[in-house]
Amino acid sequence: MRISYYPGCTLKTQAKDLDRYARVSAQVLGVEMDEIENWQCCGGVYNTSRDEIATKLSALRALEQAKRNGGKLLTLCSACHNVIKRVNDDAKNDENFCAKANAYLSFDEPYRGETQVIHYLEMLRDEIGFQKIAEKIVRPVKKKIAGYYGCLLLRPSKVMAFDNPENPSVLENFIEAIGGDPVRFPMRNECCGAYVSFKDKDLTAKRSRLVIESAESAGAEIVVTACPLCLYNLRKNGGGKIDVVYFTELLAEALGVKENG
Amino acid sequence: MDKRETGEQILRISGTEIRKCMKCGKCSGRCPAYREMDIKPHQFVGYLIKGKTEKLLESEAIWHCLSCMACVERCPRGVAPQGVIEAVRTTVTRMQGKNGISAEDIPPIVDELIPQQLLVSAYRKYNK
Repeated sequence: MRISYYPGCTLKTQAKDLDRYARVSAQVLGVEMDEIENWQCCGGVYNTSRDEIATKLSALRALEQAKRNGGKLLTLCSACHNVIKRVNDDAKNDENFCAKANAYLSFDEPYRGETQVIHYLEMLRDEIGFQKIAEKIVRPVKKKIAGYYGCLLLRPSKVMAFDNPENPSVLENFIEAIGGDPVRFPMRNECCGAYVSFKDKDLTAKRSRLVIESAESAGAEIVVTACPLCLYNLRKNGGGKIDVVYFTELLAEALGVKENG
Repeated sequence: MDKRETGEQILRISGTEIRKCMKCGKCSGRCPAYREMDIKPHQFVGYLIKGKTEKLLESEAIWHCLSCMACVERCPRGVAPQGVIEAVRTTVTRMQGKNGISAEDIPPIVDELIPQQLLVSAYRKYNK
């Protein structure tokens, strides 16, 4: 299977691990990740203001390119996924936005939200299947692993349609597939403190500490995430008691290809 | 823009039907930044209904909202308090000299491990 892939700025810099372990794992699973050409930064955050247009154009350019290359766009960073999926929803359902954005971008054919945006975890679940992944595991990760969702993959659930927003299961099913023992903890779908550290670093520190304490008290030995900002905040403020890694690192380890990454 | 027009603009770009609010307070109850906010999420909706536009524009809470969408997800009436907060923040940052952070604020915050995602996100949220 070939699929158009949008890596995003952080996966080329601070979060290279998230990207490279995803690529080597995909090879084992029979997926060719086709990085789209000349992609631009998604902007990191989606602005909900209804008259916002310029900040959404880079996502549209990526979506339009994927439409011409298979019709699906694979994302990996939680923030990119959130921004691109929400912009795609606007292209599909907000006529005013769609008309203005298309008038500016002037693609050969107007883009109206035709591309299907899928996160790497959704690909594992829906396109490959956790059963098939479990069959390919050579080094089961025998640890108590806490899957941390954060906000961006789940909310707003009407648009993201990723999983049950209050009781998600994709990360736990993933952890089971790679041979781990999933730890469900209360703060797994609460915010890590995100970008607010720029205005109020104590608030971010407090939120991240609460997430780590929650995972620790539930018995977790390690926390996995799909978001570079969550990883940074949790590592920085978590007190170092539990390590936080990208879920793709454990996947590559379990598939026996971590050294190739 | 006068006060009334500014209020109408905030309402328009908020993308939500504030009159559906039944003041249950669930949004504020679930807000991770509740303690840090001078105006609470449910009050953003209430103040907009009452036309207290100036108070909204002077709010410090717009810099503490995490955009985590917990209030939107958990509102039993389908109202989006975050949409109102974002509309106010966007209205403020679009004014001359009202950005939440400046380029000079960035270097002291940057460390070796800071993800580009954080720089981009914070700048997008706090600057125009």
